[in-house]
Amino acid sequence: MNRILGFFDQIFVSAKAWLLALLGRFLPDWVVVLASIVISGVVILVMGAVIMMYLTLLERKLLGRIQNRYGPNRVGKWGLLQPIADGIKMFTKEDIIPANADKIIHLLAPIVIVVPAFMIFLVVPFGRGMTAANLNIGLLYFIAVSSVTTLPIFMGSWASRNKYSLLGGMRTAAQMISYEVPMTLSVVPVIMMSQSLSTNEIVLAQSGCSGLHWFIFTPWGLAGFIVFFLCATAECNRPPFDLPEAESELVAGFHTEYSGMKFALFYMAEYMNAFTLCGIAATLFLGGWQGPFLPSWAWFFGKTFILICVMIWFRGTFPRFRVDQLMGFAWKFLLPLTLINILVAALWHFLPPVWAWLWSALILVISFFILVKLNINFVPEKRVYTLES
Amino acid sequence: MTFGWGVFKGMMVTLKNFVTSYACKRDNGGIFTVQYPEEREKEFENFRNFPFLVYDGTPDKVRCVACGICERECPTKCIHIEMETDAAGKPARKPAVFDIDYGLCMNCGLCEEVCPFDSIFMDCAFEVAAAERLDGLVFHKKALLKSNEYFRKVRPALASAIDQKRKAAEEKKKAQAQPPEAPKPQ
Repeated sequence: MNRILGFFDQIFVSAKAWLLALLGRFLPDWVVVLASIVISGVVILVMGAVIMMYLTLLERKLLGRIQNRYGPNRVGKWGLLQPIADGIKMFTKEDIIPANADKIIHLLAPIVIVVPAFMIFLVVPFGRGMTAANLNIGLLYFIAVSSVTTLPIFMGSWASRNKYSLLGGMRTAAQMISYEVPMTLSVVPVIMMSQSLSTNEIVLAQSGCSGLHWFIFTPWGLAGFIVFFLCATAECNRPPFDLPEAESELVAGFHTEYSGMKFALFYMAEYMNAFTLCGIAATLFLGGWQGPFLPSWAWFFGKTFILICVMIWFRGTFPRFRVDQLMGFAWKFLLPLTLINILVAALWHFLPPVWAWLWSALILVISFFILVKLNINFVPEKRVYTLES
Repeated sequence: MTFGWGVFKGMMVTLKNFVTSYACKRDNGGIFTVQYPEEREKEFENFRNFPFLVYDGTPDKVRCVACGICERECPTKCIHIEMETDAAGKPARKPAVFDIDYGLCMNCGLCEEVCPFDSIFMDCAFEVAAAERLDGLVFHKKALLKSNEYFRKVRPALASAIDQKRKAAEEKKKAQAQPPEAPKPQ
């Protein structure tokens, strides 16, 4: 039983090792090293694109079901060929560049935005021993690279010479920069507990209890997870935080002036960001690939897809924030909560187990209620004047 | 002051819709999409568009006598009738040509109302799209002729009323043709 599980657990790793051993028979060593890099790179590139295509289908299906209708179900069984049909359509579309646009930057923006989206895949641990590059600063790398995403969006919006695009770009800059702060701070307790920045080490720190010793089962982990997940939703511009591309206010925000494959690249980056952010959230708080009975990669993809479904569920449920509400939520609610959360994590480390549970839960709940109270805006009461008869 | 409780309530509403879309039938909260070409809604009996000609029994027993009242009454002038003539050049009280341009017809139903011979009625055919306007949408006599059985199937209430009326008229005619015997003088 364990041997079968181990085989399936390592099936991709051993397939790659077998392929490299086969190449090693004919080719010099440095070519084999190069081939190892190329194989990992190709797998990531193909997987990113395929995941993005089927996420669009999943999103349309789930949204349809939430709105009591079928999603796409005409192209292939259950609409499974719909993403491919969409892709073909995207390739045949005309590429329009506005007359007064900054042509080079307009071209560059969709290309640049895909790069960080792919680069984050590098440190995502897909399974046991299935991290493409096991960096010892993996988490720092993730935070650094994901913050680059702001730039190409602003490039695209600025280069389009369109007021809606520019408004979208401004909103992006404001939103993504402010949401990066609570996101980074919500990760700090995890780093404190696992005492490492490497994503692999963080996953390993959550082993034990037959792979169910996840950080989310602690008060600080739960709070951190909720904050991180909300910030992740805001980071990849998904509803209810989709102000940069608010279609009812700004046409399509930063990608108003993009068509054809350039638009598809923006779309692709958005969905791959959603996937990697959910993957990182699963890694940091839900134990990554840790879990009993199933192969490690199945656990990872299962957790990630559940998180993505929650994101889609958000989209099907909530209306869009107003700009001031969005900013206030990040700076006045999430930021203090994460700071308190860091203190709570320190408390957890130094107190004996039962007391740690009690105190940290108590502090977090009380601070939550206080923050909600403090965040309620002052709305003057409506005065009603009665006419004297 | 609900401390975010409304967020969960909203999410439960969408979750409920998601689950019922799989679990429930159309009438109590399930998916309400009708996947048109495969499934279709039941047509209402009084739904009517595009006229057709009724015949009794075989297609050569046309009720229409080519009087041309519908042609004259038609507001959009989409009906064209020519009367058949026999070998001697005598009009045969039958249409030789009966064309309706469905591209022009506006489904007002005036032809049905003015027809004194209960010949022209509104159909409920709505799948009449065609690629060519003249070839596809101008319907000639052959395509317009439909049996009384079809009429009964499409609009049962009106068809049975018309049938009864025609039967009564026929009996009356018969009765007039054979005048009852005069009462014998005593």
